[in-house]
Amino acid sequence: MRVTNHPILGSQQSGSMVTIYLDGDPVPAREGEPIAAALVAAGRLRLRYTVKRHEPRGVFCGIGRCTDCVMTVNGESNVRTCVTQVTPGMNIVSQGKGSTEAAQCER
Amino acid sequence: MRKIEIVVVGAGPAGLSAAVEAARLGAEVLVLDENHKPGGQLFKQIHKFFGSREHRAGVRGFDLGYELLAEAAQTGATIALNSVVFSIYADKRLGVIEDGKISRTIQADKIILATGASENAVAFPGWILPGVMGAGAVQTMINLHRVLPAVKTLVIGSGNVGLIVSYQLLQAGGQVVAVVEAAPRIGGYGVHAAKISRAGVPILAGYTVKRAYGDEKVEGATIVKVDEYFQPIVGTEQDVEVGCIAVAVGLTPLSELACLCGCVTMYVPRLGGMLPVHDADMQTSVDGIYVAGDIAGAEEASTAMEEGRLAGIAAAEKLGYIQGPEAALAKDAVWRRMNTLRTGSFGQARREAKLSIVQQGRGVGGD
Repeated sequence: MRVTNHPILGSQQSGSMVTIYLDGDPVPAREGEPIAAALVAAGRLRLRYTVKRHEPRGVFCGIGRCTDCVMTVNGESNVRTCVTQVTPGMNIVSQGKGSTEAAQCER
Repeated sequence: MRKIEIVVVGAGPAGLSAAVEAARLGAEVLVLDENHKPGGQLFKQIHKFFGSREHRAGVRGFDLGYELLAEAAQTGATIALNSVVFSIYADKRLGVIEDGKISRTIQADKIILATGASENAVAFPGWILPGVMGAGAVQTMINLHRVLPAVKTLVIGSGNVGLIVSYQLLQAGGQVVAVVEAAPRIGGYGVHAAKISRAGVPILAGYTVKRAYGDEKVEGATIVKVDEYFQPIVGTEQDVEVGCIAVAVGLTPLSELACLCGCVTMYVPRLGGMLPVHDADMQTSVDGIYVAGDIAGAEEASTAMEEGRLAGIAAAEKLGYIQGPEAALAKDAVWRRMNTLRTGSFGQARREAKLSIVQQGRGVGGD
């Protein structure tokens, strides 16, 4: 959920709301924020499944080091969503469980 | 190949301070940072800093960030963002990837590594579930992106990071069901602990997390009391319903680039682990390579900025931009401020650990 009123930071900063697509479904996002922030704001903490055991994973470090938050963004796989900025109309697909990456791993 | 007098890696508090000092003295400075915004972790520090007035106590972290960026612009230091330093070759050549696409080599006379630190994890069954996050990651989410991961959070670790993030979760409109601390007493400053206690957050010393559970994400956790040997006491388990677990169990210096350059390292548990040895000028065992901030031992932003200034002055001195006696005065002033920052029950131990590094650094100095 989004923090709209904050005692130190004030009311929600401006910045245009755009739509991105998560596995085909529209998700509201703020342009320029990390993809992961937009998804977490929409209540989506699980960002991918692991390729072998299909375990759910989400943001862990938030600074681009742990790679737990990777997703396929506009066709490019393994994009770190915690450090990749939202642009309008982005197409985001979760990896694992039947994805190309999982198939490659099982081969 | 581009040639630059001083290349600083990392545009956080230490790197920016180093750049500002060196550029102010007349050196040509380029700061490289892999992120798309400068400031490192300063802009998520929405609390007022500690210390005396000369340490900018009472000023919020993000305001210090804006000041440093303005100073960098004034002094002519250049900041290149989206620039990942992936290697440092012999003779101080840096391999850089810009915007994830273009690869470049930059030749530096002096390099200041201010790469910071990364958060530690703690393993318990369920620790990999979505919703279990580093406390710093939670802080980034709530203060920078203004996104609250869950209504209810459990915080692991009662050091200053755990305590401050707990308070900031409350400010963001969340609830903190408890702060668990395996040690028998609270780790951070009493003033931070008192603030969240007054707000009704229980700080449970002598407790740890046994497991986190949930299907697609964290739905709850089992906390348990531990004995003096940190072993769980059977029968004291308690379930708490939470959607987020913030892990605040310390930081590890990001010393990879220093290791690539062949800098001598030493293990200093008090300062976060393996880190490059340095001398009183922040120079490592490799001539012309300096460190500043959390890479030289995880401390606070205030000490990171002082170390940055020190490294900036020292590197500029070697390039002839400030003469010996004048440089000595400037460096003494920084050391005096750092020593006062490293006082008190927490600071004294860090000061002693730092002295042991500098002592070691004298033996392996680059000169």
